[in-house]
Amino acid sequence: MSFDDKKSADISRRTVLHAGAALLGGAALPYSSLVAFAADDKPAIGTWPAGSQGDTVYIGAAVPLTGTYAVQGADELKGWQLAVEHINNGHDLMKALAPKVDKGLLGKKVELLSADSAAKPNQAVEVEQNFINQNKIILMTGSTSSAVAVALNKFAQREKILYVAGISGSNDTTGKDCVRYGFRQDFYGQTAANAIGPILLKTYGKGKKAAFMTPDYTYGHTVTKSVNDYLTSQGGWQMVTNQISPLGTQDFSQYLTNIANSGAEFIINVNWGRDAVLSIQQAKQFGLTPTMKMVVPYQIPFLAKEVGPELTAGVFAATDFWWTLEDKYPLAKQFVDAFQKKFNYRPEWGAENSYVSFAHWARMVSEAGSFYPPDVIKQYEKGETIPSLVGDVHYRPEDHQCVRPVVLVQGKDPKDMKSDDDYWNVVEVVDGAPLMQKPDAFGCNLGDYT
Amino acid sequence: MINWANFISQCFNGFVLGALLALISSGLTIIYGTLGVLNLAHGAMFMLGGYAGWVAYTYTGSFLAAVVAGSSFVMIVGVVIERLIIRHFYTRPHEDQLLVTFGLGIVFVEMVRFFFGSLSHSVPPPAALVGITHLGFMVYPTYRLALLGIVGVALLALYFVLYRTRIGMIVRAGIEDSVMVDSLGIDVYRVFMLVFGIGAMAAGFAGIVNAPVVSIAPDVGETILVQTFVVVVIGGVGSFPGAIIGGLIAGEIISITSMFNPGYSYVMLFVAMTLVLVLRPHGLLGTAGRE
Repeated sequence: MSFDDKKSADISRRTVLHAGAALLGGAALPYSSLVAFAADDKPAIGTWPAGSQGDTVYIGAAVPLTGTYAVQGADELKGWQLAVEHINNGHDLMKALAPKVDKGLLGKKVELLSADSAAKPNQAVEVEQNFINQNKIILMTGSTSSAVAVALNKFAQREKILYVAGISGSNDTTGKDCVRYGFRQDFYGQTAANAIGPILLKTYGKGKKAAFMTPDYTYGHTVTKSVNDYLTSQGGWQMVTNQISPLGTQDFSQYLTNIANSGAEFIINVNWGRDAVLSIQQAKQFGLTPTMKMVVPYQIPFLAKEVGPELTAGVFAATDFWWTLEDKYPLAKQFVDAFQKKFNYRPEWGAENSYVSFAHWARMVSEAGSFYPPDVIKQYEKGETIPSLVGDVHYRPEDHQCVRPVVLVQGKDPKDMKSDDDYWNVVEVVDGAPLMQKPDAFGCNLGDYT
Repeated sequence: MINWANFISQCFNGFVLGALLALISSGLTIIYGTLGVLNLAHGAMFMLGGYAGWVAYTYTGSFLAAVVAGSSFVMIVGVVIERLIIRHFYTRPHEDQLLVTFGLGIVFVEMVRFFFGSLSHSVPPPAALVGITHLGFMVYPTYRLALLGIVGVALLALYFVLYRTRIGMIVRAGIEDSVMVDSLGIDVYRVFMLVFGIGAMAAGFAGIVNAPVVSIAPDVGETILVQTFVVVVIGGVGSFPGAIIGGLIAGEIISITSMFNPGYSYVMLFVAMTLVLVLRPHGLLGTAGRE
């Protein structure tokens, strides 16, 4: 064999090896990747495009159906279910919120998958991971605990799948733990504090002593800080004690005894879900209320129903939504009517947040004309004014927080209730923008699109 | 807030909480001591007692009827699951027993959630026990004071059954050596059934008498189960007096720690358990060989 012959044989062998490797590599690449490059000239990301290639697109909800937040989780789930139904049947309300939705989203049916998170971050992430593996979900939701919201935020950013928060009151969700792939519709600690603070000072005056009851995780600590910061700086109030309890506490006697001995005039109860129910009931048992005034800065769905209107009478609370807003907002009435027809009770704010967050997502997808996550994110980040059930809102591009009103309510005296679920009187609907901190004040750094 | 008035108040809180934990733990410990089964459905028994009592209260309006219904219903449930399921696991590894009782607990909780939903329900205390009582150094909910007496009477009744009756003697003998009891011609499996029923009833009774303090919900037993396990470990597995002492210690640790920093209450409880395990691996009043 001549040198040239040998060279050509080598090249030939190398070429064959390269070709073989390329073929093997190509086979190893996910089918979706090849299609991605072919279909839209965009690289595959997260579950895109595989998750939106069939007739149906899936959403995964990790929602607490057991544990301290089970009651609120069940309400949230119903809000998502109604929203998905309305997306698929092109309901008038959905079309009012997302005009380009037309019996499905971009021609595809939307299906909601849900599983219990027990309000535990690791369980929620596991649930979503299963949905990704089995159904290639294109959107995640769930929380009712900001610890879960923060965990799913980070998971969403890692997996490059969009996440819209369920109930989440921590400043961190769109603050220091914000992500490019996460969005929040509902109000939170800082806006709650700045909304409820003025009415507390106006009603009760300055220089009061307050005992705080705080659940021991991100929601509790940030809400307590925001409310205390407002009351001390604006009204000269003093925090005489802060009783921090673990999530799921049953017996609050130790905490209430400390409060009884603290000289407090007010109990600012940041506890949530069943913790709030038990702490409010037991505060009454210990004779602390009504001598001490109870304040609930971050209202809890079904609170008045569970503790009874006698214990919520006169209590100020900040919230996302209360059903009597239907008198003021036509879209709210449409929502309350549709919800009540399907589920036989009037929705609480967990269901409202669920419904609106899905409607806004559907709007962004349909306006962007694509399920490609960076396109949808950029649609949100245009910050366009869009409708909600309580007037026009927009999402801040800097931290993905919805700028929306906060609703101030006060518990009705049982004798003033016009129906068996007429628990709260809407005192004021406070414009959201002035209540919010500057977008970078809580250390938000959204991260990358891809 | 670290002053004598608060300290005494917290000691008192600890006493009430401890008494309740002692009652629930005594049921758990006699079941484990006699049958060798770690009953992870014990929290569900506590929950079932509350719900059965609440249903009875809804129909009768009588707190006494609620207590009778709550405790007797759970005793029947205990006997039935012992006959149908638990007895098949006596000779199987602890892991299997843990799994089956854990599973039973989930089934009961989800059944209750299915029928009654997740919303809390309240059982009001008897009219005479509503309100607060002035103790001089503090004011205290009257029903919680009464609860101390109610739980005390229940523990005395349990003590009487275990230490002053023939059946109690057999149970205690069974805790020490069930094989020997069996070989003496006593139908040890019938005793096991009874013990499981009594143990469950203790939890059910606690569940309904606690309902006016902590309104009932399907998950109410979850937290209490963890605490009662700690109590049993501190007091010594299989020891009835150990459960009482362990319960009171746990109640005091939770309450007194909360005076300094509420966030560390449960941390300190587990620190105490760890210390006991290091210094007395069989618990304060436990005996080697029972576990």
